Amino acid sequence: MHRTDRRTQTIVLTVLLLAGCSRAAAPSLTSTPASAPADAAFRELTADQQVAQALSRLTFGARPGEAQRVRAMGVDQWIDLQLHPERIADPSAESFFAAYEVYHSTPAELDERHPRPQTVLNQLGKAGNRANRSAADSARLRELAQGQRRMISELQGGRVARALVSERELQEVMTDFWLNHFNVYLQKGPPEHYLLAQYENDVIRPNALGKFRTLLGAVAKSPAMLFYLDNWESQADSNRPRLNAQGRVAGNMTPQQAQRALERRLREGQPLPPGVTPQNVQQLVANQRRRGLNENYGRELLELHTLGVDGGYTQADVIAAARALTGWTIKRPPVGAFTFNPQMHDAGEKVLLGHTLRAGRGIEDGEEVLDIVARHPSTARYIATKLARRFVSDTPPGALVERAAATFTRTDGDIREVVRTIVTSPEFFARAAYRAKVKSPFEVVVSALRALGASPDTSPRTAALVALLGQPIYGHMAPNGWPETGDQWMNTGAILNRINFGIAVAANRVPGASALTWPGAEALRDAPLDQQVDGVVRALLGGEASPETRAILTSGENPFAQTARDTNVEPSAAMTPPPPPGLPGGTPPDPAAAAQRLLQRLPLLKGLPQIVGLAIGSPEFQRR
Amino acid sequence: MTMPRRYFLKSGAIALATMGLSPSFLRRTVFAMELPAAAKGKVLICLFQRGAADALNIVVPFGDRWYRQLRPSIAIPEPLRGQGTAAALDLDGFFGLHPSLAPLKPLWDRGLLAPIHAVGSPSSTRSHFDAQDYMESGTPDVKSTADGWLNRYLATSGTCEANCAPTPFRAVAMTQQTPRMLEGAAPTVAMNSLEEFSVRGGGDQVTRLEALYRTGSADVVHGAGKDMFEAVKMLKSANPLQYQPQNGATYPRTPFGNHLRQIAQLIKSNVGLEVAFADVGGWDTHVNQGAVQGQLAQRLDDFASSIAALTADLGDRMEDVVILTMSEFGRMAKQNGNGGTDHGHAGAMFAIGGAVKGRKVYGRWPGLAPEQLYEGRDLALTTDFRTVFAEVTRAHLGATRLDAMFPGFTPTDRLGLLG
Repeated sequence: MHRTDRRTQTIVLTVLLLAGCSRAAAPSLTSTPASAPADAAFRELTADQQVAQALSRLTFGARPGEAQRVRAMGVDQWIDLQLHPERIADPSAESFFAAYEVYHSTPAELDERHPRPQTVLNQLGKAGNRANRSAADSARLRELAQGQRRMISELQGGRVARALVSERELQEVMTDFWLNHFNVYLQKGPPEHYLLAQYENDVIRPNALGKFRTLLGAVAKSPAMLFYLDNWESQADSNRPRLNAQGRVAGNMTPQQAQRALERRLREGQPLPPGVTPQNVQQLVANQRRRGLNENYGRELLELHTLGVDGGYTQADVIAAARALTGWTIKRPPVGAFTFNPQMHDAGEKVLLGHTLRAGRGIEDGEEVLDIVARHPSTARYIATKLARRFVSDTPPGALVERAAATFTRTDGDIREVVRTIVTSPEFFARAAYRAKVKSPFEVVVSALRALGASPDTSPRTAALVALLGQPIYGHMAPNGWPETGDQWMNTGAILNRINFGIAVAANRVPGASALTWPGAEALRDAPLDQQVDGVVRALLGGEASPETRAILTSGENPFAQTARDTNVEPSAAMTPPPPPGLPGGTPPDPAAAAQRLLQRLPLLKGLPQIVGLAIGSPEFQRR
Repeated sequence: MTMPRRYFLKSGAIALATMGLSPSFLRRTVFAMELPAAAKGKVLICLFQRGAADALNIVVPFGDRWYRQLRPSIAIPEPLRGQGTAAALDLDGFFGLHPSLAPLKPLWDRGLLAPIHAVGSPSSTRSHFDAQDYMESGTPDVKSTADGWLNRYLATSGTCEANCAPTPFRAVAMTQQTPRMLEGAAPTVAMNSLEEFSVRGGGDQVTRLEALYRTGSADVVHGAGKDMFEAVKMLKSANPLQYQPQNGATYPRTPFGNHLRQIAQLIKSNVGLEVAFADVGGWDTHVNQGAVQGQLAQRLDDFASSIAALTADLGDRMEDVVILTMSEFGRMAKQNGNGGTDHGHAGAMFAIGGAVKGRKVYGRWPGLAPEQLYEGRDLALTTDFRTVFAEVTRAHLGATRLDAMFPGFTPTDRLGLLG
C-alpha cells in the first residue's frame, strides 16, 4: 500500500509540475476545461499534447485549424461530442456524396443498371466471341466495364473522401475499425461489389458507436457478409431434421423424397405448399441439391467477430453455430435482401458453449447464437482489447483493457461507452501512448491530405495510392482484416512507399492537395525558412518534431521566398492517368503495382514543397 | 573485424553516391565485404499457398479406392490412355498430378520434383489464421512465438564474419508486408516489386530523407527507414532488372508470376539472396471448386506456370535452388454441399530443385477409408511440416541450430528429400 501511495503522489506531482511548466511556457493553454473529470488530474500529457493525441486517435489526423478549435471547446467536451455523431451536422459530406450512385441505390438497382459484362457475354453466346462480336455489342460491353469500374471507384474513393470531409470524425474512425473487424472482400466474387455500399452505409456506419449486439445482428444478416463467408449457401446436412415452409419440423421424408414430392405436385398441377410457387420451385429444388453445412461463417463468427481465437470454444461449437445459422440466406440471390429460409434450416438440437438450443426452432436459433456470443465474457475482452489497441497502443495496458471490458459487460455491449472508457482514460493521455501507434497506409494518405486541407477526390487516384502503400480498400482477402500493430506495417518496402508518397503529395501529384496552396501556405511562402519549418511541423506533425528532424527540415539550401514560379513542382494536370482498378471475379489484380504509375518520375523538390515532402516522409509522420 | 568487405565487386558508383553521408554508413558500404558467400551459394524459395489448398485434388490419390466416393462431383479422373489432359497425370500408378499442373510434369520426369503427401501441422486447428501462424512460426499450438522459423534460421546460421555478408537482400519477401515466417531479429526486405524499390526525386532530397532516419532512435520506424536506404542503394547498383527471362521462360502476367520473375532477377544479380518468399491466395475453395476445370484448376494454372517459368529461367542455377511450396492445411476428404471442400487437416508440399531427389512421392500414405481419416473427416497427418523444413534447411542451407528454429521438436523420421 505504501508503495502505491508514494507512486500516486509522484505521478500527481509530476503532472502538476508538467502542467505548471506548460502554462508558463504557453499561457494560451489555460483553456483546459475547469470541469475536467477527476481522471484528468492523472493525465501525463500537456494540454497541447492532449489535443494532439485526441485528434490523432479520434480522427484521421488534424485538419487546418482543428487543434485550435478543440482547445477552445475543451478536449473532453470535444470527445463527448464526437462520441455522439448524431449531434454533429455533416452538410459537406452529405452534399459531396449526393453524386455517388452507389450510396443511393440498392444492390438490386445497381445490378440492374450495371450488369456485369460477363453476364451479357453469356447471353450473347457465340455472338459474344471477340471475332464475331457486333460493333454495338462491343460498345455495350465497354460501357458495362466502365460502369463496373465506376462503382468500384466510388466504393474505394468514397471511403477516402468521407474520411477527409466528414465532421463525424470518430464515427468514420469507428466505421473503419468495424469494416476491418467484420472484413469483407471486394473480389470475393461477382455480387460482392454490388453489396458493399449497403454494407458500409446501412450496416456498419449507423451502428459503429451503437450496441454491439445490434451491429453483430446487422452484419449477420447483411448480404455482403452472408456472401463473403458463404452462409447464404449453408444448409442442414441431409441427416438432420428440417422445417417445412410453415416453419414446422418436416415429417420423416428424406430431402430427396421431399424434392420428388414437390416436383410431382408441380407436374400434376396439385396445390403447392405455402411459400412455394411455380416460379421459385426450381430454385428450391436447386437448393435441395446444393445441400450441406458450410462452417465458414460459424467459425469466423466465433474466432474473429466475437470470442476471439482464444475465447474458449471448440470445433463442436463452430459446428453448432453453423447449424443454428443455416437458413440465414439471401432472397433472390445474389443481390437480394436477407431472408430466413426454413427449408434450409437445421432444426435439430444444438449445444453451443454450454447452452442448449432446443430442436424444432427456426430463425430464433441464430438470434440466440448471436445473443450468446455477443454477451460472452470472452467477447467483452476481445473487443475491448482490439479497441484499446486501436486507440492507445499496440500493447495496451492490461488494467485499461479490464476496465473497457467491464464497461462492455456493464452496458450490454454499448460501443460508445467502451470507447469513452478508453479515450478518456489516463492510459490514453499517458506519455507511453503518445505517438505510440504506427499509421496504417490508409491513415498515412488520409492524414497527409487532411493536414493540407485537401479537397476530396472523385477520381480513383487517391484510393489507388492507399493500395500502393499496401492497404487496398475492401481488398483484404482473408476475414481477419488488416494488421493492427506497427511492426506488421513497418518494413523496408513499406517505408519506401511512404516516403515516395510524401514526395508525390509535395509535387502536387495527388488530386485535391497542394504543397503550395494549403491553408497556411500563403503566409509561409515568403517567410524565412525557420517559420516555414514551424508552419509545416504545426500542420503535419502536430507541432512537435525531434531536434534531428527539425534540423534536417531546416537544412535545405535556397531558404527564402520560394514561389510557385521557381519551384519545379509539376502541375496536377501532368499526372499520369490512373490505371483502371481490377474487376472482381477475374484474376486477382495487382492494384499496388498498377498504382505505382502515380509515383513515377517524381521531381526534385525545392522550397516549401520540399519541406512538406520531407515532413510527410519523416519518422514522426509515420506515427499517430 | 577489419577484413575488407564490399557488397559488390564493382561498388565505385556506390562509393560516390554515398559520399557526404554518415561515417557509419560509409563504414558499412565502402569497406564492405567480398561478394557474399550466400550469393555463390544456395537459395531456398518458400512459396505459400494461402487459404488451404486442396491437396487431394492437387496430388491426386487416384489409387485409393475411397477417393472417388468421397468426391463424387469433384474427383479428378484417374489417368487413362486417350483421356488427354482431362485426367490426373500419372506419377507412380497411385498418385497423379492435377492436369493443370502439367507444366510441372517435366520436372517430375527429370527427377527434380518431389511431392510430399499427408504433411502438415500436428495442430488440430482448422482456422486459416492459426494454421498459417503455426506453419510460419514453426511452433504448432504455441501462439506466443514472436518470430518466424525462417527468420530464426537466418538469425542463428553463423555470424556474418564467418560465412555470410551483411547484404540487406539475404532474405526477400515479394509481399507488401513482411510475412510471419520472416519476422524476427534478422533483417529482411519485403517489397511488392523491384521496379518500385527506389526513393524518388534524387539528389539532395534523397540525402535529406535518408538523414531523417539516421538519428539513432531504435524504434521500428527508424529501423525500417535505415535498412531501406541501404537496400535501395545496393539494388540500384546491382540492377537486377537488366536480367530478362532466359531459356524461353514465360511467366504468367499475374502477381504470383511477376513475383517469381523478380526472385529470379534477384538471384541472377548476385545480391546475396539466400531466402526468398512469395505467396499466392485463392485456395479457400468452399464453393464450386471444380474438378479438371474450374476455380481450383485456374489457381493451379497460375501456380504451375509460374513455377515452371522460374525453373526454366534459372536454368543451371536450379542446381543451387530449392523451391518449397506449402499451404496451412488440407481440405476435408469429403466434398461439401456446395461443390467445394471445407477446412481439413494434412496437406501436400512440393520440393523442386537440382538437389532434390525427385520422381518419388514422399510421406507415408495414411489412406482415405473412414477409419483412416483424421477425426473421421480429413486426410490424416503422417509427416510433420517441421520435418520437411528442418531437412531442407539443414541439407540445402547448412542449418545447424534446428533446436532454435523448431524449439521442442525432434524429427522422428527422415524423408531423404535431398539425399
